[in-house]
Amino acid sequence: MAEDRIIALKDIVVDYDGERVLDGLCLDIRDKEFMTFLGPSGCGKTTTLRVIGGFAEPKSGQVFFDGRDITRLPPYKRQLNTVFQKYALFPHLNVFENVAFALRLRKVEDREVKRRALEMLELVGLKGFERRNIATLSGGQQQRVAIARALVNQPRVLLLDEPLGALDLKLRKEMQIELKRIQQSLEITFVYVTHDQEEALTMSDTVVVMKGGAIQQIGTPQDIYNEPKNAFVADFIGASNIIDGIMLKDFLVEFAGQEFVCVDKGFAAREIVQVVVRPEDIQIVPAIQGQLTGLVENVIFKGVHYEMHVRQAGYEWIIHSTQAAQVGELIGMCIGPDEIHIMKREQEG
Amino acid sequence: MKRGRLLKRVYMVAVFGFLYIPIAVLIAFSFNESKSRAVWGGFSLKWYVNLFHNEMILQSLAVSLFVAFLSASIATVLGTLAAIGINNMGRRARGAVMTLSYVPVVNPEIVTGVSTMLLFVVFNGQMSKFLTALLGTEVRLSFGIVTLLITHITFCLPYVLFNVSPKLRQMDVHLYEAALDLGCSPRQAFFKVVLPEIMPAVLSAFLISLTYSIDDFIISYFNSGTVQTLPIAIYSMTKKRVSPEINALSAIMFAVILAIILAANAFDAARERRLARALRRTQWEAGQG
Amino acid sequence: MKSKLGASPYLVWMVAFVAVPLAIVVYFAFTTKDGAFTLENIMGLGAYTTVFARGILQAMLATAICLVVAFPIGFFLSRMAPAHQKMMQMLIMLPMWMNFLLRTYAWMTLLERNGLINRFLGLFGIGPLQMINTGGAVVLGMVYNYLPFMILPLYTIMVKIDPSVIEAAQDLGCNVFHVLGKVLVPLAMPGITTGITMVFVPSISTFIISRMLGGGANLLPGDLIELQFLGNSYNYNLGSAMALVLMVIVLLCMSFTTADTEEMEAMV
Repeated sequence: MAEDRIIALKDIVVDYDGERVLDGLCLDIRDKEFMTFLGPSGCGKTTTLRVIGGFAEPKSGQVFFDGRDITRLPPYKRQLNTVFQKYALFPHLNVFENVAFALRLRKVEDREVKRRALEMLELVGLKGFERRNIATLSGGQQQRVAIARALVNQPRVLLLDEPLGALDLKLRKEMQIELKRIQQSLEITFVYVTHDQEEALTMSDTVVVMKGGAIQQIGTPQDIYNEPKNAFVADFIGASNIIDGIMLKDFLVEFAGQEFVCVDKGFAAREIVQVVVRPEDIQIVPAIQGQLTGLVENVIFKGVHYEMHVRQAGYEWIIHSTQAAQVGELIGMCIGPDEIHIMKREQEG
Repeated sequence: MKRGRLLKRVYMVAVFGFLYIPIAVLIAFSFNESKSRAVWGGFSLKWYVNLFHNEMILQSLAVSLFVAFLSASIATVLGTLAAIGINNMGRRARGAVMTLSYVPVVNPEIVTGVSTMLLFVVFNGQMSKFLTALLGTEVRLSFGIVTLLITHITFCLPYVLFNVSPKLRQMDVHLYEAALDLGCSPRQAFFKVVLPEIMPAVLSAFLISLTYSIDDFIISYFNSGTVQTLPIAIYSMTKKRVSPEINALSAIMFAVILAIILAANAFDAARERRLARALRRTQWEAGQG
Repeated sequence: MKSKLGASPYLVWMVAFVAVPLAIVVYFAFTTKDGAFTLENIMGLGAYTTVFARGILQAMLATAICLVVAFPIGFFLSRMAPAHQKMMQMLIMLPMWMNFLLRTYAWMTLLERNGLINRFLGLFGIGPLQMINTGGAVVLGMVYNYLPFMILPLYTIMVKIDPSVIEAAQDLGCNVFHVLGKVLVPLAMPGITTGITMVFVPSISTFIISRMLGGGANLLPGDLIELQFLGNSYNYNLGSAMALVLMVIVLLCMSFTTADTEEMEAMV
């Protein structure tokens, strides 16, 4: 594992205007992986990216690239490139010259510049746009130019700072697939920043969930989704039912006034825990057959499924189901052992 | 309603007449054979001919152009550097610098003029004493082209700052970082990306400085010593009361200004049309796709 | 690019050639020729009260005329088709690009005793009138030179007034005067205050307009100052005191007008 890591961050601390933005961050990024920093705004994800790119200087800590300490290396001496938020294309240059910028800078021979820039434009599907003025391109096209421009230097790592944030939903979905394709065909490392959990889960090999300048959880999308380490991750990854419970013994937990069989163990006896149940993991059954019974308060059609809010003994449950219940109906709810996820309780504040 | 519109029309014509008739009369009488400023004595170009043989006017024009180009260039460089530096400052420091920059803009020109004059009087006096003592021979520093240049640079500087600063603030901060990211050193990033991006503002700052410098009379009047700029030469001519060469000069200046403004406008319009055409093409393609 | 150093030559320059000279003016205003502290220069200004009063009065008059003349123009311009607006704006700025000495000279030739206007009036058996070398000619010169400075800020602010606001006022029963007083003027207030400063400041401090159109009899504060520095009087200390007073008058004027804009902003 350690051999194929390309970037390592060690105890990175960043202060901005007297406020701590990153607080002792440690992280390894493997070669050729698609890693995503996920978190709400102000969580430090963009700052982490800027530290890797060389645009933010850490107060303490080290950045390693391929085993070499690059903490004090300026951006223009780092072998990685960035796709910026809102693209930062050079307005005074046309599409071709934007892409060719890095090559011209290194005084690459004209023919070679042309070959490689065109190759990049083809990669991002913009063949034939070479002479176009940047201002006349749509958002999606500008995005593609920005990617081509960053890739032309053949960096080993590409940093992407919320690159799809300015695009509409349909285009964003297309670009997600496109980016994944580019990453896989070039076999390079992508480090991606987003606040969109769906985007993170769709594209990444590894997701890093951040909050308040610290990492909350690192794992595969499946890990993050199915085994959130704490309530914040569970909540941020998707709407969840998170309630307090008591671990009675291994494989048995009590919450919402009922005992449930679960698959978790290793907690102290009668330890207070937090229980996560995904809305789509709650089965609706006739009231008498349910482990829990609740009153449907409202039903919203969401396209693929219905979202229902159900009140049960002072708790409010969110249920996603393809079948709609009636508002005011009394329903039963069943939760299987595999669907219950137990977390250590967080000490808030 | 109809009467209202007529009234409006009459009013507009009256005000524009007020603005233009004096200039029109001035220009008309530049072609007057007679020296009179009220009686038409037949068409003639002799005042133009005289003007081009007037040593004083030609020399003062040369001085004005020299001072204008040099001071506008220096002010543009210093002011652009300042705008970049100020852009990187904290809010309070920026506020303080901006306040200082506003002083010469709001201060009456005559106060600016006499204040720098006093500075030079004091400085020249002290410096002359010092140099005389140092060199053992009498040295007298006096007003002239150097003091003129300094004052012109000074009153141009804030305008450069006020022109370039907003453009810098509008610029995507990531442009500079993108240049570094692609391998530019800070210097290269400045010349290859930042400067081209703010170039329109820098150019217009230069042009504004140029016109302010050529146009200035009051501040130059106090700080030029015996050197004559064009406005100072004009002033000395108006004191002689009757000199139709001034009319000829006015006509030429008006024509030059008009030509510059029309050219600038045509240039702007052409650029806008080009961009609009490119945008239409994009929309058309989007429609096809 | 990241560094603030770029600003340092500028700062040094501005301190040396803006801040220090003003400090020297203050120093000269409060010292005698030998450098001893004195209030005499300031006290001595009492003798010139009439000149300062005339300056303030004429500048105020010119400012008021500019405001009244410019207000409708600014409004009409702001309601035109955008393409016409651009052209009109240029037409208003064009005379400003002529050197003000030439513009003032133009009026000199028009107002002369045997100038064009008197000849024209003579056709009807009127005159010749004494027009040049009067206070009126000086005010006229100020209005002519600085009128565009009033029109442009008014126009700039009025373009931003949504026509539906005026229609709404009419809809609510405002007649023309009410629309003007209760809607247009309050909304245009920032433009009005800017215009007032931009006309008043150069008017109060001019010395050429008065010399060319006012003859010797209509001295303004600017002329007094000029006399102390380059004219026959030759008294830097007294001149500095005068410049100081002029600066204070201008600052007072500006503080009134900016206080107004702040009030406006507070109201919005």
